[in-house]
Amino acid sequence: MQTENYLIRKPSLEKLFNDLIGGGKTIYAPKAKGDLALFSDVKTYSDITEDYIVTANSAKLVVFPRTEKLFSYHKSKEKTEITDAAGSTFPDVVLWGTRPCDAAAFIPLTDTFNGDYKDIIFNNRRERVFLISFSCSRSDEYCFCTSVNSGPGNTSGSDILFTKLSGGDYLAEVITPKGQLLVSENSDLFETKSEEDKEQQLAVVATRFNQVEIQAKLQNLFENPVWDDKSRACLGCGSCAYVCPVCSCFDIQDEAHGNKGTRLRCWDSCGFGLFTLHTSGHNPRETQGARWRQRILHKFLYVPNKSKIAGCVGCGRCSRSCPADINILDTLTSL
Amino acid sequence: MSELIKKAAALLESKSVQVVIGYGKGTGNRTRTIFATQVTECENLIFDSRCVQNLAVYLTKLEIKKLGKPAIVAPVPVLRSILQLAVENQITESDLVILGITSESELIDFESFAAIETFLTTHKIEIEEKYTKTIDAIKAMPVAERFAYWVKELESCFKCYACRGACPLCYCTRCTVDDNQPQWISVASHPLGNLEWHIMRAMHLAGRCTDCEACYNACPMGIPIHLLTKSMLQDVADNFGSYGPSLDKQNTLSSFKPDDKESFIR
Repeated sequence: MQTENYLIRKPSLEKLFNDLIGGGKTIYAPKAKGDLALFSDVKTYSDITEDYIVTANSAKLVVFPRTEKLFSYHKSKEKTEITDAAGSTFPDVVLWGTRPCDAAAFIPLTDTFNGDYKDIIFNNRRERVFLISFSCSRSDEYCFCTSVNSGPGNTSGSDILFTKLSGGDYLAEVITPKGQLLVSENSDLFETKSEEDKEQQLAVVATRFNQVEIQAKLQNLFENPVWDDKSRACLGCGSCAYVCPVCSCFDIQDEAHGNKGTRLRCWDSCGFGLFTLHTSGHNPRETQGARWRQRILHKFLYVPNKSKIAGCVGCGRCSRSCPADINILDTLTSL
Repeated sequence: MSELIKKAAALLESKSVQVVIGYGKGTGNRTRTIFATQVTECENLIFDSRCVQNLAVYLTKLEIKKLGKPAIVAPVPVLRSILQLAVENQITESDLVILGITSESELIDFESFAAIETFLTTHKIEIEEKYTKTIDAIKAMPVAERFAYWVKELESCFKCYACRGACPLCYCTRCTVDDNQPQWISVASHPLGNLEWHIMRAMHLAGRCTDCEACYNACPMGIPIHLLTKSMLQDVADNFGSYGPSLDKQNTLSSFKPDDKESFIR
């Protein structure tokens, strides 16, 4: 649909938030914790922080929680009763304060869960998520959204994108029919928009590499010293994958208590030594270098080969959170 | 730190070591570990107050061991970890060269692990008052409140195990949390699974932790998990009289002595 522009006054933002809460929505928004901002279940508008470039955790948790119940079972003498979690009622969630990169991440993430198998639980959650994003007026050296087809004011994936204007009010770009519905339900808060320049409010994020060139280079780089060189300090944790808004590897765990139990889907990370370890004891990715290669190839070769877009949105979370300061841009620009 | 650079370069030049593990410039205001295998790479070595990552963690990593005999830049927290690794028979004197750095940022040589222990007697682990106050306040809470405090603090934990990865003493090739036959503790990151993991981690470090705070510095969610290990340090000191690595006393909790107090048996 054609993007429609409106103006929303600063005080109306709080009113919109309260109306959504009053309407029974669960709102995840950035909340300060020490020096960090974390997407958290927020009930009060004043709990939201505006002081963040991106949050430390990613918004994927609302559609792909770190632990997701797939089904529960109960065994008795006569039969085993299975309750499929896909039949559960999932909450209506508003993601408030996502950045354009966060919103863009929902596109590759949704692709992953809709390949050969359409993941019912993921799709049920996704359908109930409404994204109210805020453009970026600040960036840092870890940001590279413009190198992966996004940008500080990109609208992809969002239902509504707010951009703070110089007077303190916000430009509201309504991107989807869901967004349009919200505007019509709250028409008193949205004014017909003037043609103010959005671009001048946005952060400048330099283009650091050409994604198509990287993809072409990676075809022939499977055996290359760069993987060991760039991952030498890797501590083998899963921080990069767990803060990533696109990473979607998971592991299945059964938790049994007597004659009943649950099957859970838990996040997994290619950084772990246990990742792809075979029962035989053989691991095709035995070293951190091989695991780091997997991470880069997955995002910049395998995903784009399949669906044209990268499995990365340039948010820079992996680099910011890495306890060993391993930087994905550093690897990509040195290929 | 031109002296450090000179010394490191000389070690590589003379082939006394094959790699120098030290601090270099990272992104932003951060530092990044350097693994210098060439003399020229030593020029990138730095040392200042930002160099807080515990480099001892690399001494037991397979990928780093493959590089050959290391020299390691070791400020006081790293020295403590080296000594504890020695106590636990994970490293041997002849297999590494220590480029010690005092709290006054001066280079210091150590000919033996025993020399490190002697040096550390004047650099005892001290838990800062801001932490002892917080720990005392948590301990004074009624059980239910204390439980709720930790459930809340650990709420944002997603089990990335950065705390484990950054800890020089978490060198097990297969961590208990990764075992599934049988599964000892819950792998899932739900409130119970998170509690189980952090309690287990702290307990496994009791009497071993050298208070370097690498776990806390590594946590991407800023969870104060170092309060657990600091509290364990206090408990070990209160019950066993001392803490900190010691070649002579060995591990406080896993060494049996005939004259050990048995007052805990009821």
